[in-house]
Amino acid sequence: MRILISNSSDEPIYTQIFNQIKAQIIRGELDAGELLPSIRGLAKDLQISVITTKRAYEELEREGFVETIPGKGSYIAPQNKELIREQRLRIIEDSLMNVVREGKLMGLDYEEIEEMLRIMYEEE
Amino acid sequence: MLEVRNLSKKFKEGFHLEDVSFTLKPGYIMGFIGPNGSGKTTTINLIMNLMKRDEGSVKIFGKDISQHEREIKDRIGFVYDEAHFYDDLTLEQMKRIIAPFYSRWDEKIYRDYIEKFELNEKMRIKKLSKGMKMKYSLALALSHDADLIIMDEPTSGLDPIFRKEILDILYDIIQDENKSIFFSTHITTDLEQIADYITFINKGKLVFSKAKDEIMDEFKIVKGDSINLTPEIRSSFIEIRETGYGFEGLTRKAAGVKEMLGENSLVENASLQDIMYYMRMEG
Repeated sequence: MRILISNSSDEPIYTQIFNQIKAQIIRGELDAGELLPSIRGLAKDLQISVITTKRAYEELEREGFVETIPGKGSYIAPQNKELIREQRLRIIEDSLMNVVREGKLMGLDYEEIEEMLRIMYEEE
Repeated sequence: MLEVRNLSKKFKEGFHLEDVSFTLKPGYIMGFIGPNGSGKTTTINLIMNLMKRDEGSVKIFGKDISQHEREIKDRIGFVYDEAHFYDDLTLEQMKRIIAPFYSRWDEKIYRDYIEKFELNEKMRIKKLSKGMKMKYSLALALSHDADLIIMDEPTSGLDPIFRKEILDILYDIIQDENKSIFFSTHITTDLEQIADYITFINKGKLVFSKAKDEIMDEFKIVKGDSINLTPEIRSSFIEIRETGYGFEGLTRKAAGVKEMLGENSLVENASLQDIMYYMRMEG
């Protein structure tokens, strides 16, 4: 698990943790059943307050990404495969939407964007 | 764990600590801030029963400090800004006087800290620098498995590297969710990282006692051009500082101010130092 905290960001620290763990679950980098670090251990490692890490874990729990077993710890919850696929598709759609917007701003037409996409797809 | 209710103390010289209340739960760290002379040390003295309060109550572990002082202090690690040691004794002699007061004194932990802090036990206390004296106080306070650590300005006189190390030690202590830490400081950057709660007093009165994350959400610094400061916008600020280049102010209504000022403004996170500075007239 990787978490990078920015102190100068507008985004509250608990949201930064929440988003980064959520993204890693959706990308399949964190598997169901995997044990997360303890709230207090994570606070120490990230040099932030306990309340902040606790809040991030609570939000993850509320959205069904994490399960907490009292006395044992917090685990990555089993995820609905369809739901994950939906979420990943949405990330791709969002990126494509950016491409469309930027393209239109530059006056590119659909064929030109498709051509760029085709070249990149074949080269990757 | 620590419950301070309506605490008041009036001094002949005129200073008045008035109606201060806050609560610290087990497992958390509370930072206690305020300008010099705001009543931090007085509050800590009252909590530790080193001074008689006029009104209010101090409960620690659910019991009143003035009625159960010995029993409560056995479970408190206390670090004082100006520690009261016998100057002519060596560190080792002083320790031998202090250790028997604690039922859970742990010689091994004490040794580990002495080594970690690079203290020479043969030295006389009067020969210690301010920083070394603070390290020695810390070693004593952390060596009897205290459930509550109370510290008055523990990081003053210490260099940034050792301050960082102290924060690590504090994190180690609260890995146990039944232990709490309460400390006063004027070095607010230390607290910005580690503190769960901030209690802010000014001129002997409580300004707020809240979760740090809530404070960071609530207060913002807004910067902009003074030309745009209409009376309505002005009134949305706690205080504004103006220079020939523009203004900067602390507000609880950042979203509204931003909407009124539009593109001509910058909204930034307020540091605890900013909050202390702009609220120095409060209380």
